[in-house]
Amino acid sequence: MKLREIKEILNAECLTDDDCLDHEVDFAFGSDLMSDVLAFVDENTLLLTGLVNPQVIRTAEMMDINQIVFVRGKRPSDSTIRLAKANGIALLTTKEILFMACGKLYEKGLRGVPIV
Amino acid sequence: MTEEIVASFDYQIEKDDFKIAGSASSHIKKILKQLGLPNPLVRRASIIAYELEINLVIHTVGGAMHLEVHPNCVVISTEDMGPGIEDVDQAMTEGYSTANDTAREMGFGAGMGLPNIRRCSDEFSIRSTFGTGTWIRSEIHVG
Repeated sequence: MKLREIKEILNAECLTDDDCLDHEVDFAFGSDLMSDVLAFVDENTLLLTGLVNPQVIRTAEMMDINQIVFVRGKRPSDSTIRLAKANGIALLTTKEILFMACGKLYEKGLRGVPIV
Repeated sequence: MTEEIVASFDYQIEKDDFKIAGSASSHIKKILKQLGLPNPLVRRASIIAYELEINLVIHTVGGAMHLEVHPNCVVISTEDMGPGIEDVDQAMTEGYSTANDTAREMGFGAGMGLPNIRRCSDEFSIRSTFGTGTWIRSEIHVG
């Protein structure tokens, strides 16, 4: 699913450059626990989270996660957004809660990261 | 492991410094990419480095991380100045954590760190003396 479509489904705002909306994602993972992101996520995944600290960006960088949706209307600081841009990570923010955001994307065909 | 060293870097990691935590791992990832190592290996090494770095920030009074790249393996190791792990077997158990509230607010402290490092490593060793410090070595084979 293209990030552009995800932005529309979640009525989200893009916090990074619009050209990143052409990113294509295969799976999604919703979590506020970065420890679990580091343990379970596979490549080319969309991360949905309510955490907005710089470690979310660092975690994404390490995992080759190139797109993050912040839920519950959360918005990271300018320095965190700069860190994401420097690493080519697209950031969206939506007013939806995590449950609803995941539900809406699932309804449109996006599936969760397979857990072995 | 061969004696030849392709690249070697040392990093000092400070206790509780969540603002720059991850920058050493970010550097390690860039170095491994520049050396042209395969993506799955770079990813595993990045996870190991980041988990180790976060552990130093959260659980220790500070310490050092070391990267050594050889033609046939990548070695990432850490050494800290304490406080050491009271029960290493327990610390290696998924879900067991002694992380404080600050670490948990950052999204860590699920008790997945050390098991995840071992899972991503081809060779893993840990030595800890409670009251003194911990030494961890992780090796990934190339090819």
